[in-house]
Amino acid sequence: MLTLDGLSKTYKTGETALSDVTLEVPKGQIMGLIGPSGAGKSTLIRCINRLVEPTQGRVLLGDVDLVRLGKRDLRRQRRRIGMIFQEYSLVERLTVMENVLSGRLGYVPFWRSFLRKFPGADIQRAYQLLDRVGLIDHADKRADALSGGQRQRVGIARALAQDPELLLVDEPTASLDPKTSRQIMRLLTEICAERDLPAIVNIHDVPLAQQFMQRIVGLRAGRVVFDGPPADLTEAALTTIYGEEDWNAMRQGDEEQAQAEADARARIAALAQ
Amino acid sequence: MSPQDYPTTWRRPPQIVRDKRWRIALQIGIVLYLVLAIGTVEVDWNRVYQGLERGQRFVMGFLQPDFTSRWSDIGKGLSESLTMTLTSTVVGVLISVPIGVGAARNLAPRAVYYVCRSIIAVSRSLQEIIIAIFLVAMFGFGPFAGFLTLSFATIGFIAKLLADDIEEIDPTQVEAIRATGGSWGQLVNYAVQPQVMPRLIGLSLYRLDINFRESAVIGIVGAGGIGATLNTAIDRYEYDSAGAILLIIIGLVMVAEYGSSYLRKFLQ
Repeated sequence: MLTLDGLSKTYKTGETALSDVTLEVPKGQIMGLIGPSGAGKSTLIRCINRLVEPTQGRVLLGDVDLVRLGKRDLRRQRRRIGMIFQEYSLVERLTVMENVLSGRLGYVPFWRSFLRKFPGADIQRAYQLLDRVGLIDHADKRADALSGGQRQRVGIARALAQDPELLLVDEPTASLDPKTSRQIMRLLTEICAERDLPAIVNIHDVPLAQQFMQRIVGLRAGRVVFDGPPADLTEAALTTIYGEEDWNAMRQGDEEQAQAEADARARIAALAQ
Repeated sequence: MSPQDYPTTWRRPPQIVRDKRWRIALQIGIVLYLVLAIGTVEVDWNRVYQGLERGQRFVMGFLQPDFTSRWSDIGKGLSESLTMTLTSTVVGVLISVPIGVGAARNLAPRAVYYVCRSIIAVSRSLQEIIIAIFLVAMFGFGPFAGFLTLSFATIGFIAKLLADDIEEIDPTQVEAIRATGGSWGQLVNYAVQPQVMPRLIGLSLYRLDINFRESAVIGIVGAGGIGATLNTAIDRYEYDSAGAILLIIIGLVMVAEYGSSYLRKFLQ
């Protein structure tokens, strides 16, 4: 279980990204984090594994306070937290297998990782994960030879190779097309359900969040302004999160897009006749 | 407006000095300075005429290169130069990799960064010939001084370009490896090395090429190699042998150029 207690982050520029965020994510729960850009979603998940140093508060994973750890202990604890990124963040020139195995870096000594001599169990597990995400035939390809959706699957396999107790997912579908986005979200939710794994998912696509998340937290200007099941995410709640103007603009944008899509479909249908 | 009403001419607006008067004044000033500066260069036309004669002998030597009569000296100089080039490039690159990593702002702590950047600055600010003169004075004539000179120059070149390249890598790949709990060494090995390796290999090949050319130059100040042979030949007015040496140098540089560009293309 993950507990955030009074977590705050003020950047050196004086800009406050998070103020006094208190949250609890129980085992197996997939929590969506929504909010306008600049609301602190990205900072929040990076404060958990301390890619960004929080200025105040506590982050409890189980009973370890991650904020107080020294460098070495922090590395040890990071192994327990898998992270999935917006632009996949695979090492492009390494093979798919090396990318998945890089999830084991925290567990093996330098010489093993340097010589690519990972323990047999790690390799077996990497193959198993690649099979799970449907990429076992691509193990020897370079990561930059894969499509966006495939790369994100490798990203998921890498995070799972860590044998994590928590997944941090940063805009997993922002660089993907709508269909692939749904496939990736489905894969993520299935995997979390299989392993009873809690996840925090930054997501800017509200309908996608409503479809796949068990719980939604709305962030605005670094503060939690909504916390509840997707069903409670009413127009009023969304207006609080995004502000009236932005929410209306977003909704309008969505409607326009839906209309354009319907239009295109109608035209294609007409052409087909 | 009808189409005829639009103007038919267009001039690019001035980008740097917007005032027309200032532009003209500047142009006049530059021309005036050039005229005056060239006026101060003293030319001894008599000497130029003599030089032309020598130049002609030189060109004739070039046209009838003599590879045979000094071949043993040329062969010795060449093998010295090639040995010097290869060893100094390998040693220089091996030393510059840790310095380059240390001189990358995004990887090294502040103190290490400044130390490594100073090493690079010292190595880059001293021209090869100056180092060669100094090292020849220290270690005596011969290829050892040349080897040290080229290694030293290689460090500044490779370490600086490597460090600059490391500073421009994609930071999200580094972030991803950091998030797995990897150590600093693993981070460099997994997230940084794959991103900079093709460029490092390309730079090393390029440096090999430069080192060969430099080996010919520093030989003139006594650091051994083909440059020393060339210097001797010119001192003895044996322009036909000098021509042969120059042709060999040009040929080898062309081979190195073609070979390294082919290899670099292959590595991308």
